[in-house]
Amino acid sequence: MQLRVGTRKGLFIFDRVAADQWQPQAPALLGDPVTMLLTDPRSGDQFAALNLGHFGVKLYRADAGSDNWVEICTPAFPKTDAEDGPAVEQIWELSPGGVDQPDTLWAGTIPGGLFKSTDRGDSWQLIESLWARPEREFWFGGGYDAPGIHSICVHPHNSRHLTLAVSCGGVWESLDDGTNWQLIGQGLRAAFLPPDQAYNPTSQDPHRMVRCAAAPDHLWIQHHNGIFRSTDGGHNWSEITEAGPSVFGFAVAVHPKDPDCAWFVPAVKDECRVPVDAKLVVTRTRDGGQSFTTLDSGLPEAPAYDLTYRHALAVDAGGKLLAFGSTTGGLWISEDQGDHWLCLSSHLPPINVVQFHS
Amino acid sequence: MATISFTSHLQRYLDCPSLNVSAGTLREALSQAFAGNARLAGYILDDQQRLRKNVAIFIDGQQIQDRRHLSDRLKPQSEIYILQALSGG
Repeated sequence: MQLRVGTRKGLFIFDRVAADQWQPQAPALLGDPVTMLLTDPRSGDQFAALNLGHFGVKLYRADAGSDNWVEICTPAFPKTDAEDGPAVEQIWELSPGGVDQPDTLWAGTIPGGLFKSTDRGDSWQLIESLWARPEREFWFGGGYDAPGIHSICVHPHNSRHLTLAVSCGGVWESLDDGTNWQLIGQGLRAAFLPPDQAYNPTSQDPHRMVRCAAAPDHLWIQHHNGIFRSTDGGHNWSEITEAGPSVFGFAVAVHPKDPDCAWFVPAVKDECRVPVDAKLVVTRTRDGGQSFTTLDSGLPEAPAYDLTYRHALAVDAGGKLLAFGSTTGGLWISEDQGDHWLCLSSHLPPINVVQFHS
Repeated sequence: MATISFTSHLQRYLDCPSLNVSAGTLREALSQAFAGNARLAGYILDDQQRLRKNVAIFIDGQQIQDRRHLSDRLKPQSEIYILQALSGG
């Protein structure tokens, strides 16, 4: 088992050598800002998205079994005649297609483009049908100047069924491999909008959306102002108003086999993005959000001001291992679903994404 | 021949030694540079073929005027420097 950690200054890798023993390996892409990772479970290929700032967004691949990272084609918007034509500012999500589409990859970007590759990332095409939707004019930035697609959930039983989450642009579904789209997400509530617009599905800010692999109609959202759960594929959502210290945060992970079990890393609220009472904790529900347990064994004593970004909390495919990283470079792992935590480092660069690979 | 020189920071990602070009405008000069180095374009220009926001180009000591269309004129012996803005952290 391996834990891969994408940070502002490179890719850091930890190998599990024994129970509760994780050995750091030589970093890869050292010095480069890694915004997203993917280890393709179908092939073992690794992908790392970089945001080089001055020199733009790049995408690297290391073929299965290799640590040789090679730059490949980067998703790009088609050239237009408009003075303000779009350009990819960040790759915010990378997802594998279904098992019956072995070379297909999906990428979500800022601004809010969905891109598809059918050749392992050697080329990319913008999904024009979503980009052309008139509702996109009402999307707006959440944390970044432009809106972005940060969650792409491919249905495990039907590769043509995609569900996306957009900050800020709500939840979208395609049942035909991205040809047609419908805006879903009834019940999501945006406290930052005028009261009569609060349930407008177009303007929601789902910070992160995850789907239970074994029960794919069950999804969770850590939203800008709350936690929401759907049991019908994302069409309707129920708000969970009590979740331990706070319902605000960015990250959510769902148990791969138990849709009632999910984890969060709460913070005070949007305008004060630090742990409540400066005490870093993880919250867990095992009953679909009816109750939450606050988990802090092994986490730092207050004061701690760590914040966890939307892709920086992960659960492994078995549902036992959890890891999360913070914007202040803290990295923790648990081998018992969050009951106890082990600090792997307090001194990494700001962490954007963590992922397990077996 | 005009000369194009690249910031040393770019050498971290790709091989881009200085080169000589025969061109009337900056865009023509860059096209010649990209012809032999396809990846280089993506480091200097964005999706819309504009100069990236934090990349600067000087021609004979003057910053270019046209970051959108790169139409700045060259002299036969122009010296072109492609640089990046500095950043912190």
